[in-house]
Amino acid sequence: MYFKLRLGLAVYTLHKSFQSFLLQTLPFGLKSKLIMLKIKTPKSGKAKREIEKRAPKLVESGKKTLILQGTKTSNVLNAVLTEIYHLKKDSAVRYTRKNENIRPFESGGETSLEFFSLKTDCSIFVFGSHSKKRPDNLVIGRTYDHHIYDLVEVGVENFKSMESFTYDKKLSPKVGSKPFIAFIGEGFESVDELKHLKEVLLDLLRGEVVENLNLAGLDHAYICTAVSSNRVFFTHCAMRLKKSGTIVPRMELVEVGPSMDLVVRRHRLPNDSVRKEAMKTAKEQPKKKVKNVSQDVIQGKVGKIYVPDQQVGSVALPYKAKGLKRERREAKMKHETNDRAPKKQKENSE
Amino acid sequence: MTGMDTQEHQIDLGHLMAFDPLHHFPSPPTSREELVKECLQKGTVLVQLIADALFNLPSTEDIDGPLVKLPPPMTRLPREKHLPKPKPPTKWELFAKAKGIKNRKKDKIVYDEQTGTWKRRHGYDRVNDDKDIPIIEAKMTDEPGEDPFVKRQAEKKKRVEKHEKNRLQNLKQAAKVGALPSHIQLAATALPITGTQAAPKKASKNELQDIASMAAAATASGGKFDKKLVGEKPEKHKGKYRKFLPVVEGTGIGSQEKQQTEKVLNRLISKNSHEILNVDKAINMYNVKKEKKRKNQRGKDSSTSSKLKPKKQLQKKSLKKGGSSKKGKSK
Repeated sequence: MYFKLRLGLAVYTLHKSFQSFLLQTLPFGLKSKLIMLKIKTPKSGKAKREIEKRAPKLVESGKKTLILQGTKTSNVLNAVLTEIYHLKKDSAVRYTRKNENIRPFESGGETSLEFFSLKTDCSIFVFGSHSKKRPDNLVIGRTYDHHIYDLVEVGVENFKSMESFTYDKKLSPKVGSKPFIAFIGEGFESVDELKHLKEVLLDLLRGEVVENLNLAGLDHAYICTAVSSNRVFFTHCAMRLKKSGTIVPRMELVEVGPSMDLVVRRHRLPNDSVRKEAMKTAKEQPKKKVKNVSQDVIQGKVGKIYVPDQQVGSVALPYKAKGLKRERREAKMKHETNDRAPKKQKENSE
Repeated sequence: MTGMDTQEHQIDLGHLMAFDPLHHFPSPPTSREELVKECLQKGTVLVQLIADALFNLPSTEDIDGPLVKLPPPMTRLPREKHLPKPKPPTKWELFAKAKGIKNRKKDKIVYDEQTGTWKRRHGYDRVNDDKDIPIIEAKMTDEPGEDPFVKRQAEKKKRVEKHEKNRLQNLKQAAKVGALPSHIQLAATALPITGTQAAPKKASKNELQDIASMAAAATASGGKFDKKLVGEKPEKHKGKYRKFLPVVEGTGIGSQEKQQTEKVLNRLISKNSHEILNVDKAINMYNVKKEKKRKNQRGKDSSTSSKLKPKKQLQKKSLKKGGSSKKGKSK
């Protein structure tokens, strides 16, 4: 890297580390010519809407989940991953290829995950892998700003798939309905890893964040029980609401979905600074002013409705008026006799 | 109102979650079915608790069923993306704030004096369009020979460029803070090549069309049977790329074979082949110069004594011509 100065104009070949230094010492006119920037905007409304969907928002709704696997998977693990995908069908993306270079707990092995998270706009991922040391391994992780936030590694044991349960098919829960989540056991409060797992499971299972909930659409529940200090029994049940005397119906749980034992192996808590930033909540927005509504002392709440002018005469009718048809027919016949000989033979025959 | 601590059960209605921190499993846990049954029992209890709280909330009737407004969740979960940063004020906004300029709402339809109708302010058939001006009166300050309409257009173009530049500067400022609007990206159009400031030249339309036609011929059958699209240019250099001499041709000055062999020989024998210097031409020029000089001298001499001129000139000229030509070709 060298630079030669000629007549006040700097002609140079740079090393990257010198570029910032030179930027400050160069005259202003040259600075702007160094990197010519162009404003790129999406050319179609659809593209613009898609980009805006991915933009950071003040109030966030449900997170999308990315389900993928590593170099080696077992049958059990495949089944687990597909069932998790089915449980979260609308808000999950499933990658079926083997990814060799993803090692969540190693420093270099996270770049692929972050790239996928950026591309699919998913902030929770479930990564399955199988090895002799860690059989049937699931790594559940979350990302903040498409960088790894925290990780929990669990092993799956005693897995029972959805098909193995027999139940009345009418009870089967619909995709996308908000589930009940129940955590049982003192382990969730005393053991660090189980506390972390509880938070991650809540984030994974909760679905969309809604303000208004339709009570008729409640049909399933997840039950997580801390059996011991490192084992959690996880199961998915459909709910049957039975009539009881009061407004509140009586709940009955019927085991439906996958049930498995989760054995916590490793976990990584988030950095303190990142955690602080991620937990920041937006200040309460001032309520948006509702237009055309005002409060009157005498009448109370008064609203204005603007009705546009109705062009009664010029609106196109959906059907052809009978009179119009007759008029056109007569006009046609008149024209025929006056102007030209009939073109088609058919008309003559008529 | 969301945490109901009955028997130390924590209920988070915003998430429809219930947590029982007091349950203690007898160790070692009994058989699997027992475990499952117990879990389901406890689960039912918890779910019932949530449902109790849920159904007691004030509900509104909807088409599908009773609608309930959920309270905000108690457990805080981390966000997935950073909070959106507020946009920094633009240069104009700062200036307007400093001066106290308020933004005035403008109507979409404006009355046009010229036509006497209501026209829109921007867009097709607008109010003060440049092309609607029939006559521009000449001012004393105007230079003759300058087209005022063109001048107006040029000024407008300059203004638009200035606006674009200002917009880019504002966006750059926003990007520095990290508050670039989500649908806008700033892309580098041309990175400087090390050593020069020139941007790489963009291929023109004609160049691209030529290259495209060349590429189209890169098929197994030479592009002969491909259907040409509308607007595609035909190949510039079609057909033969080698020229072969005719088999039968007479010898003589114009014979192509002779020319070809001469060319090759000249190139091989480098003493006589000067790519930069054309020897024949140089010799001719030299001779012509010399002649002219002699002519002038003779002319000067003849102005003093014209009668004593010998007639050697003509002979010498012819000799020279023959000599020079021989000189050029003999070697």
